[in-house]
Amino acid sequence: MRRRDFLTGVSATGLLAACGSKAAPPLPPGILTGANDVLGHRLRKPDFPAPTETRRTTVAIVGGGIGGLSAAWKLARSGCNDFLLLEMDAEAGGNSRAGKNEVSAHPLGAHYLPLPPREARATRQLLAELGVLRGDPDAAHPTYDEKYLCHAPQERLYTNGYWQEGLWPTLGVPQSERAQYVRFQEFIAELRQKRDGAGRRAFALPLALSSRDPKRLALDRITMRDWLLQEGYTAPGLHWLVDYACRDDYGTSAAQTSAWAGLHYFACRDGEGQVLTAPEGNAWLAHGLARATTGRVQSNALVFRVEQGRKETVCDVYLAAENRSIRIICRELIWAAPLFLIPHVFAAPRPEWLAAIKGAEYAPWIVANLTLSSAPQTRAGQPLAWDNVLHDSAALGYVVATHQQLRYAPGPTVITWYRALHEESPSHQRQRGASLRELLWGRDAWAAEVLADLSAPHPEIRELTKRIDIHRHAHAMIRPLPGRLWSGTRSSFESGRPGIQFAHADVSGLSLFEEANFRGVLAAERTLARLGVSYASSL
Amino acid sequence: MQRPLLVSVFIVASCGLAYELIAGALASYLLGDSVMQFSTVIGVYLFAMGIGSWLSKHVAGNLLVRFIQIELLVGLLGGLSAGLLFLLFTLHAGPFRFTLYGLVLLIGILVGLEIPLIMRILKREVAFKDLVAQVLTFDYIGALAVSVLFPLLLAPHLGLVRSALLFGLLNAAVAAWALWLFRAQIGVMPALRAQCVAVIGFLAISFGFAGAFVSLAEANLYNEDIVHAESSPYQRIVVTRQRDETRLYLNHNLQFSSRDEYRYHEALVHPGLAALPGARKVLVLGGGDGMAVREILKYPQVDSITLVDLDPRMTDLFSKSPLLSELNGGALNSPKLKIINADALQWLEQTPEMFDFVVADFPDPSNHSLGKLYSTAFYRLLKQHVAETGRIVVQATSPMYARESFWTVVATLEAAGWQTAPYHALVPSFGEWGYILAGRREYRPPTSIPVPTRFVTPDALPALFHFPADMARIAAEPNRLDNQNLVRVFEREWGRVQAH
Repeated sequence: MRRRDFLTGVSATGLLAACGSKAAPPLPPGILTGANDVLGHRLRKPDFPAPTETRRTTVAIVGGGIGGLSAAWKLARSGCNDFLLLEMDAEAGGNSRAGKNEVSAHPLGAHYLPLPPREARATRQLLAELGVLRGDPDAAHPTYDEKYLCHAPQERLYTNGYWQEGLWPTLGVPQSERAQYVRFQEFIAELRQKRDGAGRRAFALPLALSSRDPKRLALDRITMRDWLLQEGYTAPGLHWLVDYACRDDYGTSAAQTSAWAGLHYFACRDGEGQVLTAPEGNAWLAHGLARATTGRVQSNALVFRVEQGRKETVCDVYLAAENRSIRIICRELIWAAPLFLIPHVFAAPRPEWLAAIKGAEYAPWIVANLTLSSAPQTRAGQPLAWDNVLHDSAALGYVVATHQQLRYAPGPTVITWYRALHEESPSHQRQRGASLRELLWGRDAWAAEVLADLSAPHPEIRELTKRIDIHRHAHAMIRPLPGRLWSGTRSSFESGRPGIQFAHADVSGLSLFEEANFRGVLAAERTLARLGVSYASSL
Repeated sequence: MQRPLLVSVFIVASCGLAYELIAGALASYLLGDSVMQFSTVIGVYLFAMGIGSWLSKHVAGNLLVRFIQIELLVGLLGGLSAGLLFLLFTLHAGPFRFTLYGLVLLIGILVGLEIPLIMRILKREVAFKDLVAQVLTFDYIGALAVSVLFPLLLAPHLGLVRSALLFGLLNAAVAAWALWLFRAQIGVMPALRAQCVAVIGFLAISFGFAGAFVSLAEANLYNEDIVHAESSPYQRIVVTRQRDETRLYLNHNLQFSSRDEYRYHEALVHPGLAALPGARKVLVLGGGDGMAVREILKYPQVDSITLVDLDPRMTDLFSKSPLLSELNGGALNSPKLKIINADALQWLEQTPEMFDFVVADFPDPSNHSLGKLYSTAFYRLLKQHVAETGRIVVQATSPMYARESFWTVVATLEAAGWQTAPYHALVPSFGEWGYILAGRREYRPPTSIPVPTRFVTPDALPALFHFPADMARIAAEPNRLDNQNLVRVFEREWGRVQAH
């Protein structure tokens, strides 16, 4: 509904602009980037050259996102260095990659990590290793390096022409609706404390450590929106916030998201909303993991065929930069690429895998980086924060890359604008033969859209913007639709097979850093066990 | 016939007192020392009224015509008095005090003529005892009305220049009214009528334009003369001068007054530097006015000073302007000084330099950007650039008006691993002001100050480190980048001060 209003608004302004006597000023320059979709889509009609060389490695890791990098990190930490990581793109990092220009580094995707709960042991270990978490990583509330803790003010919301503090809409919200906010927050606070007979949290992160209480798992069968209504939550502000949270974390609206996933977002952490961030988004985490992989990453490398033999697994890899293929033979394979690729790559995919993948949907994302000559003005309300959210927008607002910089002088900045295309799904649209509309828009169409979106709070945005670069993630996140988390579809990937482990966040069904990290480390530990290498568990 | 003249008495008396008050207020604003200005202005004014009364016996001819002429003259002189005096003061166009008292004398004499004349006019119709009673009653009621209206309504809402013009118009209106009322007795007098029209017209036009004049000039009137004003990319820099006092305002906030800045800067530098006889390298962060550098240069053993100030316009102004570089003793042109125009945080992050003494003289933490300069992260960063035995001093707002803010900065330094020695000094322009010395070791006040000082002397030192009960330490949370609680506390505390 809101989105439709928004689109009508956009086309109306477009029409007005077209009718006006003055031609619209030219768009600021910029480029369109994204995962190498041309290369990736060649998997649909494989016509790769035959391998001309064979290499051997103990472990092959397919995919260099957080899952693959975490697996490599754990292997290297345990002294197992005979591995090769194969990455399709020019650079590893997956959703956590960054761009950089003369003004600032800036995220191309994931841009923050909430303070991880105690259960996310591997993530905490990583942070301790990077010097960001100080002291005992297993402490209830460890201290963190101020440089990475999001500086105040953290977030603000633009609503009714005013920037208010925090994201819960409060401006002009009647007492009765605020009472619902309180009831919801108290319910969440209670959920955070809940432990089952086995001592497991109701909603743990990683989610594999959650309680299996059937009453809780049943939440996976309804949507978050329906759950809210069932519980008597009708306040529009609460619905907005929950919908925003779902779009922000999962790329799905509250009406699409599994209620289990929706509640997990609120109940799995206890860091009081504090997050770790940096100008380059989460790329510092990807780089931290990648330190362990030096010299063992093959980039521009598309794995187009995997065949598991009795003792070894064969991977045929197309090296795009050299336009030739090589064959890699490994003892252990860690599959850390999105699961939807499996039918296109595996010579003999197992039927339960295909069944599990059927129905999986991925949320496309658009990320725009705007280089501004100076920070946008605040006309009314709270000053510029790190995260600046627009209430009446289909987009998710923007973060300020220079927010974490230790400087106090005003100056040029880069802001990163996010939009999850929650109504679009590449695979489903394709199956229905429908066009992909916005996903296929070009740079200019998106640049115009971003400027239109930001012109409500910042009428001067066009004059400030020197450059807009668009980064497109067509398959950014697996969607936690009802039934995707706890109806058993994930189990064949969770358990893996002798010789093959799965290490992608898709295995969890939630596209979160901590999940990818957990899956990567778990796959590495199982691989180490099979190889007979001793290790100290990080889980 | 009688009633209109009594109404005139009321108006005339109001106007008379108004001019006196306006002259007194103006003199206080411009010259300061309001008791002195008010008593001398009132004294001269009353004396002049005496002269007027005495002179009234020499006024002959048609008394009504004379009354009308006097009213026009009072209206013109009184009405323009404030504007005239103000222009004279700002343009330095003539001897101000001489003109002030001359004008007061002239208006006083004319006002002194009014009441005796009215009494002589009415004498023909009213018994003397009633006449005195009625005239003086209206005279005093008029005075009361203005003395109440002036401070409550006129001065704050109209300002002095327009208030004077308003009363001038009233005087002229009385003249016009009298001319019309007594037309039977005095006949048609075209010249007098023309004079009336001219005076009223002139005053009305002046009143109309006074808005522009006032906004231009009265802004200065309440403050001081602006001798330099510019907007750099970072701030609005305004230097004002009022007699021999020079002031610097950044974004409309007073940074120093030449009258007492020595107290601020001596207190900033000497307690720390006098205790570091081995200090050779000193860093000043902020402080582009060069006053802190001036104090540091008094120490011969200091052989290099680095001044990091964001705004090149500030350091330019204070090294090149004769008026301003005289204040800092030419400190910014010292060969020992290196000026770096950079963001202090960014500069510290990349510099390998180490210092024996660091002065952090930043603007108060009134927003999140400035709040970063008072954070644990900043003080940790600073620590990497301070020698083992070295020390830093931080200006930390007022422990009196912003008590929690001050102790928050102390707690922040301690959380960053510094040992602190908080102290305070009275700087009349600012009030009680707070500073914090911090080092890796405990601070011991020096037994002597080896350089010439006017305020910070060895016997005065212990009192600076003593905090009376109303400024004593209170519990406060350290200011971290991720909470920036100092900005909130500071906003609350100074908001409360400004509300008063």
